[in-house]
Amino acid sequence: MPSLAEPATCAAVAEALPRVLDRRADPPRGLSRHIEHCLVCQAELARYRRLLRMLAQLGRERAELSPGALADLLEAVEGAARRSVIRSALAGRRLAYGAGLIGGVLAAAALVTVSKLRTMRRPASV
Amino acid sequence: MSSLGRGERRDVAAESESLEQLTRAARRGEREAFERLVRETAPGVYALALRLLGNEHDARDAAQETYLRAYRSIGRFRSEAAVTTWLYRIAANCCTTQLSRRRVALPLEAAGELADEAHDGDPEAVAATAAERDQLASALSRLPDPLRAVVVLHDVYELGHEAIAAELKISRAASKVRLHRARRRLREQLFPEQRPGDASAPDAAAAVVRPLVRRPQEADEVHQGAVAR
Repeated sequence: MPSLAEPATCAAVAEALPRVLDRRADPPRGLSRHIEHCLVCQAELARYRRLLRMLAQLGRERAELSPGALADLLEAVEGAARRSVIRSALAGRRLAYGAGLIGGVLAAAALVTVSKLRTMRRPASV
Repeated sequence: MSSLGRGERRDVAAESESLEQLTRAARRGEREAFERLVRETAPGVYALALRLLGNEHDARDAAQETYLRAYRSIGRFRSEAAVTTWLYRIAANCCTTQLSRRRVALPLEAAGELADEAHDGDPEAVAATAAERDQLASALSRLPDPLRAVVVLHDVYELGHEAIAAELKISRAASKVRLHRARRRLREQLFPEQRPGDASAPDAAAAVVRPLVRRPQEADEVHQGAVAR
């Protein structure tokens, strides 16, 4: 494939245009130099520009969801929102249970340790 | 339509500002704002899904999945891009998932049901535009799914190759190659004239000149008249 900086042939322009053409920018200089002097390639460029314009216009199209479909969609989002609230509430509760459990275990461990220490310090009775 | 009037420009700006406000409120967890965001953007998202998937049932599912994912991740949305671009990316991803589940490509039935809201003015021009648009929609529907997805996302919804590659799970290079192929096929279908540089290039040149001399016999008559004088 010839470099875009080199003077291009009609075949090279036709091959390169769909690859390099941007909606807002001119073709690279190597192509532009050829196109300026070639009616056939000017027509080809015009076709691609028209194609890009038509495609861009499709982007403005809107498709209204039927009221039922929109209601379903909103209900699904509402359901997700409810589940997320429940999940975060459960997560909070789980956190509280976990903290309580860990606290309980630590307290039990502390009690056992203290009672063991007391037993060790008490002199052996005859 | 090549340019927008001042009022329309203001409307577009106002619309995107209102979408930004809604997005900010939705990010703060205001459920009502998210619902309004859905109402405002769903027609665009649904149109994209319809364009990529070709039937209402799949497009509705994809739109629903898009908003569920958006709801879950709106807290992570960083307003670097427009919210519509973000939603289009999610929708593209949902549509790709749906397409990959399909074993056989379905014909695109619904492409003709989309409506351009911006039609106004001369009825003849509107009819010509509508005919062109239908031709384009039909040419798009004949493209293979992978080519159609890239050209729709790039040339219709203005996503970059980076974003397209990420959402379609392909490389950037593959995205560029598909765009090139898709544009070439569309050009061949919409303008079936010979390409420059083909074996019979003189035919192509004639095709350019032909519309300039619509009735050759008229030109002959003019020429003969001039000679007689």
